[in-house]
Amino acid sequence: MSKPLIGVVLGAVLGVIDGLTAWFTPEVRDQLGGIVIGSTIKGIIAGIAIGFFAKKFQSLPIGILFGVIVGALLAALVAIMQGGYYLEIILPGTLVGLIVGFATQKYGNTPATAN
Amino acid sequence: MKWLSDDRLDHLRSIVGNPDFSSTKYTFVKELGRGGMGTVYLAEDTELNRLVAIKVLNAPEVTEDLRNRMIREAQIIARLEHPGIVPVHDVGTLPDGRIYYAMKFVRGSRLDEYAAQGASLRDRLRKFQAVCDAVAFAHAHGVIHRDLKPQNIMIGSFGEVLVLDWGVAKIEPRMNTDEHRSEIDPCSSVSICGNTDHGTIIGTRNYMSPEQARGEIDQLDERADVYSLGAMLQFLLNDQPRVSKAAQAICSKAMALEKESRYATASELSADIGRLLDAEPVTAYRENALEKVVRWVSKNRFLVLLVLAYLLMRIILIFTSRS
Repeated sequence: MSKPLIGVVLGAVLGVIDGLTAWFTPEVRDQLGGIVIGSTIKGIIAGIAIGFFAKKFQSLPIGILFGVIVGALLAALVAIMQGGYYLEIILPGTLVGLIVGFATQKYGNTPATAN
Repeated sequence: MKWLSDDRLDHLRSIVGNPDFSSTKYTFVKELGRGGMGTVYLAEDTELNRLVAIKVLNAPEVTEDLRNRMIREAQIIARLEHPGIVPVHDVGTLPDGRIYYAMKFVRGSRLDEYAAQGASLRDRLRKFQAVCDAVAFAHAHGVIHRDLKPQNIMIGSFGEVLVLDWGVAKIEPRMNTDEHRSEIDPCSSVSICGNTDHGTIIGTRNYMSPEQARGEIDQLDERADVYSLGAMLQFLLNDQPRVSKAAQAICSKAMALEKESRYATASELSADIGRLLDAEPVTAYRENALEKVVRWVSKNRFLVLLVLAYLLMRIILIFTSRS
């Protein structure tokens, strides 16, 4: 499996889980479908970016740092659009970025370098 | 008349027993070990100013057959140029007619001593895999060791692994490549110890394959060494508190009584050890679903911890937002 694909799959799975947890917040429960879709798209976008970064740069700390930054930025964007729940959105989003950053550096096929 | 003290007498005895290196570029330092066929001495190469190990034939009367055996052993080891096989530097004859050959002096400890020093299971398996690779290389060149045991493996000061004592090795006529075919005497399905008769038992009891123990010399192939490697692995696992079923299965497969049931080659055994080290499924053991999950989790411990931390944080956020 390629690194971008790992990023997409993991980003999507964690995005779905991320979105589903909104069920525990009664005020937004009626918007659950939209939240799950939005969260999944956010996860996929983060996964693609982090996956392609991992394909270009093979470094675990830098990959994790990039994942954290991308995850936090995308989550912050969603929180701003939402106009609230900053901690509830940014913190998990950042951790999702960290997990995807780690996984894409650790797993997946590294492209062969040309001599 | 003046009597010699016991100490002085012992000293004189030891000097008389030492080989005479006067006609060579080596000077005697001390005896390192004594085997059935030869004794290994530590000596100094006066030209290159380095220590070497020199194996000298034990027999007081050197027959042509014995000379040929020693030369053959030296030639075989010299041919096996591999980081896991001790290199031969030189071969020659002492003034008393005995053949000697000089090889690299390896500082370090034997595999059994290394294990006794409390090496971790992972380190033991890595060393064992290096032994398998060296033996596989010898097999690819048609050489079967026939006396693999922890006492014949040296672990160097920098962790290098060297297979020693090829004194009873057997050369097989079949080769893997044309290049190898041209290197080996075509009529050489013989032991270094000359043409070993059927019924002769060669090796060390706890480490020899059943066919070797029965003296079926003609039946011996690389799978006899695979059995010895399995016994060596068993030795390395014996004092370990937790040995996985996969590791035990590798051992059992390598030590199968029927050679057809063993790994066909030392490379296959090495590959399974590699899989075991990488927490991949091994060919010797079919694991159930639970074991697959446990192996996957242990292999991806950090990722699992991250996801658990994420879920934990999610739960904490749910409860804090409610309150």
